[in-house]
Amino acid sequence: MTNSFSEFAKAKLFLVIGSNMTEAHPVAATFLKNAVQNGARLIVVDPRKHRLTDFADIHLQLKVGCDIALLNGIMHVLIKEDLYDKDFALNKCTGFEALEKTVAEYPPQRAAEISGVDEDTIIRTARLLASIKPAMACYTLGITEHTCGKNNVMTVANLQMLLGNLGMELGGVNPLRGQNNVQGACDMGALPNVFPGYQRVDDPAARKKFESAWQVTDLPDKPGLMIPEMMHGLTNGKVRGFYIFGENLANTEPDMNKVAEELSSAEFIVCQDLFLTETTRFAHVVLPAAAWSENNGTFTNSERRVSRVRTASPPPGQAKPNWWIFKEIAKRFGHDWPSSSGKELWDNEISILAPALGGIKYGRIEQDGLQWPCPTPDHPGTAFLHKDGNFTHGKGVFMPADWTPPAEVPDAQYPFVLSTGRRLYHYHTRTQTGRCDGLNDLLGEERADISQTDAAQLGITQGERIRVKSRRGEVCVTTHVTPEVPPGMVWMAFHFTEGNANWLTHAALDPFTLTAEYKACAVQLEKIT
Amino acid sequence: MPILSINHNSLEFQPGMTILEVARKNNIHIPTLCHLAGCTPTGQCRICVVEVGGTDELLPACETPAGEGMKIMTHSPGVHEARKTIIEMLVASGAHNCLVMQSPADSWNSDQKGIMEQPWHGGLCPAYGDCRLQDLAVEYDVHVKEDHLAWEGHPLDDATPIIVRDFSRCILCGRCVQACNDVQVNLAITPPWGRRADHPEGWYPAADYEACTHCGECVQACPVGALFDRKSFGKALANEMDHIRTTCPYCGVGCQLLLHVKDGKILKVTGVEDGSPNKGRLCVKGRFGFDFIYSEERLTSPLIKENGEFRKASWDEALDLVAQKFTTIIQESGPDALAGVSCARSINEDSYQMQKLFRAVFKTNNIDHCART
Ligand code: SF4
Ligand code: SF4
Repeated sequence: MTNSFSEFAKAKLFLVIGSNMTEAHPVAATFLKNAVQNGARLIVVDPRKHRLTDFADIHLQLKVGCDIALLNGIMHVLIKEDLYDKDFALNKCTGFEALEKTVAEYPPQRAAEISGVDEDTIIRTARLLASIKPAMACYTLGITEHTCGKNNVMTVANLQMLLGNLGMELGGVNPLRGQNNVQGACDMGALPNVFPGYQRVDDPAARKKFESAWQVTDLPDKPGLMIPEMMHGLTNGKVRGFYIFGENLANTEPDMNKVAEELSSAEFIVCQDLFLTETTRFAHVVLPAAAWSENNGTFTNSERRVSRVRTASPPPGQAKPNWWIFKEIAKRFGHDWPSSSGKELWDNEISILAPALGGIKYGRIEQDGLQWPCPTPDHPGTAFLHKDGNFTHGKGVFMPADWTPPAEVPDAQYPFVLSTGRRLYHYHTRTQTGRCDGLNDLLGEERADISQTDAAQLGITQGERIRVKSRRGEVCVTTHVTPEVPPGMVWMAFHFTEGNANWLTHAALDPFTLTAEYKACAVQLEKIT
Repeated sequence: MPILSINHNSLEFQPGMTILEVARKNNIHIPTLCHLAGCTPTGQCRICVVEVGGTDELLPACETPAGEGMKIMTHSPGVHEARKTIIEMLVASGAHNCLVMQSPADSWNSDQKGIMEQPWHGGLCPAYGDCRLQDLAVEYDVHVKEDHLAWEGHPLDDATPIIVRDFSRCILCGRCVQACNDVQVNLAITPPWGRRADHPEGWYPAADYEACTHCGECVQACPVGALFDRKSFGKALANEMDHIRTTCPYCGVGCQLLLHVKDGKILKVTGVEDGSPNKGRLCVKGRFGFDFIYSEERLTSPLIKENGEFRKASWDEALDLVAQKFTTIIQESGPDALAGVSCARSINEDSYQMQKLFRAVFKTNNIDHCART
């Protein structure tokens, strides 16, 4: 996020796109609803009429995967009606001409045809966005989990730059991160192309810095593989040893049949986890790890805030902290690593190696955490980025994109579009929430949400078990007939093995990020007779 | 800046502040029950009444604006008397038998025994030791006999999996109503304000489970033992628990949690009031999603697969095997034949350590995590 949660309650206008915030980020949503109760305006862009739409001034109920067409249409209106922030777009950014050229192709009429949102609403939305400054744009995986995910993200940023809503309080581009520490894992360099603090592995100076810090030579200079490439590598022997730390890939990756095939072809898999999972079935060695409350460490939330995690109880049996396990393996390769606690790792290594984290030490985050960039010990942390239009790379860059449809769209045989996500009462594959008293009672099985219209047409009643089929698999699942989803759409989650949406999803990837299109594939619905 | 006096001390205040706000800012204690930080005062309980010189009435400090030259007494005999009467009434209005519990069981009369036989009433009240009403009863030396407690006929809602709403101990302060409607904005508890007359049968802050998200904000707001959660019920008294601040392990909001821990076991979780970013608020997962760590199914030993089955192994055996396998693979196929996926749910220090293992020791950049999902 460029901005902070503390700004939500004060914001004047929100654009929430592809984010089911009341279920996926419930506490963030409370601050947003507080603002709306106090008079802030809310625009929601989402195929579903989820709970936040009850609070919205405008709900643009677009068809799945048409975000770029819709946003380009809005930008078309902003430029045509001369409603954009000229100073920001022309002086603080580059590439305006290219953007103008691209969005010229998306008059409201065409944007409406593609997205299913009517022309008037598109024009009204553009005018509302231009009339209140600034606006906070918030998005989640509804934007990123598409084959055009990167372009979706760029398009949201284009809109905010065109409106001049970047680099100030109550504005910005704000992706709400799915997992508690996905921001932190990126910051730590658990990515194939960067060291901690986003220092590139193909930059010789960065390699030199880490070589001397870690007292090694020859750090690899070629960016590594991303998860889908690793999975593919298992099948052709390019990847022979696979180390899976805490992820239940067997149930979270798209197209579970394909994933099972990939994992079962691996030569040697190490899993490090709290529980046996669907993924550990494929492991050759399983290492028992300490859980969240059995560790001293830090998490970094969506707003870049580094907060403390503390030990409440010891791990069971012989389970060990993850950092200890990695250190022990390093030792067997002749590397004797000095740090042996979360605090030592952070204070003596991480905060020294990542410049943006340099001023954050355990001693400073006993109470509230600090938001990076926080380069020096007396720096107060940074609530919002790009202050006064100062971008990391000089100027903001417009990156216009054309709309592309999802890789698989409904047809006569598979007439419904399936979109997936998380529900309130569970987290991902339920390895944790499924073992908590009460949460399973609140939601005990996978469900398929379908519209009243489709239910009536297919003669499906509330709670009936139906079969959902895609080109990749099929599941039997209980129907939940709801006004939340529009006709033609099925919405499912991936909390349970049985009825898991990922038996059906499509492993089509965004070419840049290699993120899979969890939000769109084609399915058919069948009554079970 | 305008000035008023509280208990003969002259104090400056900002126009627009209430008497309560001026008092709190100057560390002067005025008791409250219904007042919920950050919400519009409702003046429901009137326990915060104070004497304002020149007026005959006692005024509620929570909703009375501070005025230039006001002379306020927070603990005069009249104030004390008024508060004591309110406390007596509140204690008598329900099954508030905690003070009776201290006398031996064979001295209990039929009312006390009747209370003890009600569901959820067999032991101490879940708020025992952490109850604003109990605190006040002790401070103001209030004694109410058990046969004066109106303990019968209140509804009980224990039909849902997590939260119990025992209205026999509800004091109608309305904090849960504000917690649900004004803080969480889940709109699951219908407010009674101004519509007392619509509820001749008596009003209770019942929850509508179509709208309720089981976030437990109402439980955290309840100043007495009327709303509580099943998980912590009967496990420990408030003064037996340590408090540890930490960060929620679920979504990217990063809410600050206060773990209530006894004997190294988390029994309950509340939000850290004033902590950033959540300011005391939590959702159902953060508040009630902690007990997986005590599951019987936790892995407690390294496992090695042999003939398709896992068997237990020592750390040395398991780690030696991993090191030996990886060494062979690196020797035969080069470091890029290894790949690793880190965990976006675990602490930063773990991810740092894993990428360091892959880069500095194995010499490959094949390290990723589900960054994009
Ligand atoms: S649990 Fe949350 S949603 Fe339910 S009644 Fe209480 S405050 Fe409202
Ligand atoms: S309490 Fe809920 S909203 Fe807060 S971090 Fe945890 S899961 Fe997210």
